Amino acid sequence: MQIHSPEFKQRAGDALDNANLQRALGNLRDGFPQKRAAAVARMPEFEQLRNEGRDLKNHILANLDFYLEQFEDNVIKQGGQVHWARDGEEARRAILEICRNAGAKTVTKGKSMVSEEINLNDYLEANGVKPVETDLGEYILQLREDHPSHIIAPAIHLNLDDVSDIFHKKHNRPRSEDPAELMQEAREMLRKQFVAADVGITGANFCVAETGSTIIVTNEGNGDLTQTLPRVHVVITTIEKVVPTLEDMTLFLRLLARSATGQEFTVYNTLSSGPRRPEDQDGPEEFHVVLLDNGRSEMIGSEFQEMLRCIRCSACMNHCPVYGAIGGHAYGWVYPGPMGSVLTPKLIGVDKAGHLPNASTFCGKCESVCPVKIPLPKLMRHWREREFERHLSPKGFRFGLGTWAWFARRPGLYRWVSRSSSWFLKRLGGKQGRIRSLPLGKGWTAWRDMPAPQGSTFMDQWKRHQQTQQQKNKG
Amino acid sequence: MTSSRNQILGNIRRGLQRDLLTGDALDQVRTRLREHPANTVPARSQLPQDQQIALFESMANEAAAELIELKTLEALPGTVAEFCRENGIDQLVSASDPALTALDWSGIDNLEITHRVAQAGDSASLTTSFCGIAETGTLMLLSGPHSPTTLNFLPDTHLVLLKQSQIVGAYEEAWARLRQHSDAMPRTVNMITGPSRSADIEQKLQMGAHGPKRLIILLLRD
Repeated sequence: MQIHSPEFKQRAGDALDNANLQRALGNLRDGFPQKRAAAVARMPEFEQLRNEGRDLKNHILANLDFYLEQFEDNVIKQGGQVHWARDGEEARRAILEICRNAGAKTVTKGKSMVSEEINLNDYLEANGVKPVETDLGEYILQLREDHPSHIIAPAIHLNLDDVSDIFHKKHNRPRSEDPAELMQEAREMLRKQFVAADVGITGANFCVAETGSTIIVTNEGNGDLTQTLPRVHVVITTIEKVVPTLEDMTLFLRLLARSATGQEFTVYNTLSSGPRRPEDQDGPEEFHVVLLDNGRSEMIGSEFQEMLRCIRCSACMNHCPVYGAIGGHAYGWVYPGPMGSVLTPKLIGVDKAGHLPNASTFCGKCESVCPVKIPLPKLMRHWREREFERHLSPKGFRFGLGTWAWFARRPGLYRWVSRSSSWFLKRLGGKQGRIRSLPLGKGWTAWRDMPAPQGSTFMDQWKRHQQTQQQKNKG
Repeated sequence: MTSSRNQILGNIRRGLQRDLLTGDALDQVRTRLREHPANTVPARSQLPQDQQIALFESMANEAAAELIELKTLEALPGTVAEFCRENGIDQLVSASDPALTALDWSGIDNLEITHRVAQAGDSASLTTSFCGIAETGTLMLLSGPHSPTTLNFLPDTHLVLLKQSQIVGAYEEAWARLRQHSDAMPRTVNMITGPSRSADIEQKLQMGAHGPKRLIILLLRD
């Protein structure tokens, strides 16, 4: 995916004005949060599982080198191959080489955000290998030359009309507005591709060190056809996805489905261990795992290490008021919402993605639903600090913050100024208690009235409160 | 690639401010892999076996799997034939598992039965399973010489034989059975909970995306 994060403000504004997008986002706001809440309510141990998930991820990260080496050993023991890639370029080259060795003309692909992260499709296409997305949402997007706007519901920004239009155009069939018919159409079109592909590329939700297995979690079954039918199976995944044992994977599977779609369990949870055995009748003859770093190893030991706990469930964006208002494309790259606001600056640079950690109300909902308890607001705050330190924030913002800091270091003056400006604003608000237009606050008053301050300042109230307490204690 | 590998691992160790794991720390992680301790197992499935069976049935139903009860294994060919007749299915691709091939299929005249991997266009498949997991009504199937994985995904309808005695409570019990069953992992372990589905169009759930549109569990009382 091309990087558009620097244009965040423009894109967010456009998104708010886009009626079709707003209609589509309604489906998200009405769906995922309720489903998650219902699933969590049925699992009395959920909170305990979250704590264990957090602790286990911390343990894994503290021993990440060991578990990765164990995973590698066990993949090789079963006849598979592991390719380590420091960055997108190395990962792309490794995958292209595998495709070339297999004489591949087309590759089928299961849904993989990591493949978006490394821009794999464009690269393969430019090098004469045709990638075919097989997840229904991703397939729709590929036909439209569009990109995912959500990490588990990639086409959430589209409406039924959009799908009807593009299928009609690309499939040469009568236009249908029945989602069931449209899905059947995609099923039929992709069936031939599944069988024709020489290489199948999937992601991995987890890599199990104990057994050298990768696992994919899907509802459609497209990932399974992708990895079973072609002669070669390539898994593209990242270093923080490793877990010690099947039991540890199980803990995360219990958290993942419930946090993501609110399902008790995803339909297909499939473990792959090496290539097909000599006595097997089907399955791939080659099994490759591409382990991508792309900046993640540098997060170890930094203040952003906790972000590596993320299991990509999407609960944070599903519950985020900012994501819910503007959708995923506004964020301008692969990972949107709160998790993206922390991860994107690390992966593409805070100079390009500085707007993202600022696009938060810090309401804390993301952290409260995160299955591995990542303190997302705290991590976004770290980025804001970095951005400020590196003088990347806008002048007006820096001036405002500087002015505030100057006053804040002079408490007497600060109190006097806040008392008098609150008196002034109260006057301005008149009987209605609302301010319709404010010289320095046009960004606010252009859209809504500003409520005028009521009563005395916090510090004055606090002083009074303490005096009353003291009197009570004396009495 | 070797240098990439070493650089990535080196970065991680630098971040962790240590060299290769040694001593107690190494013992601890090795023990974790060897003993694979369970994390919290939800109480939901920790029940007497008859209640586990009931839980499996209700969870599988909830996931839109269809259950057909078999009183005896011998009744399987007749039950499968009847199901296929009712649903207009005249071809069945069957796993070559001896548990299935040893049965008497001679009286079945409405079905053309083949034993092979699945192909695009197959309408129905019949397989066995490794176990059932009551916690979420999940089937576990292993790839092997008699159970090609394509049978679980390509046909429109997937019929699966499961014995009640194969039903366990939690996933952890399934892993224990798997470790007992063989030292090496099969190429593919499929955990299947209901038929294929997608909500990618306007978040409205539609059944039958790329995998089977119907999942029929033939549950044998034993």
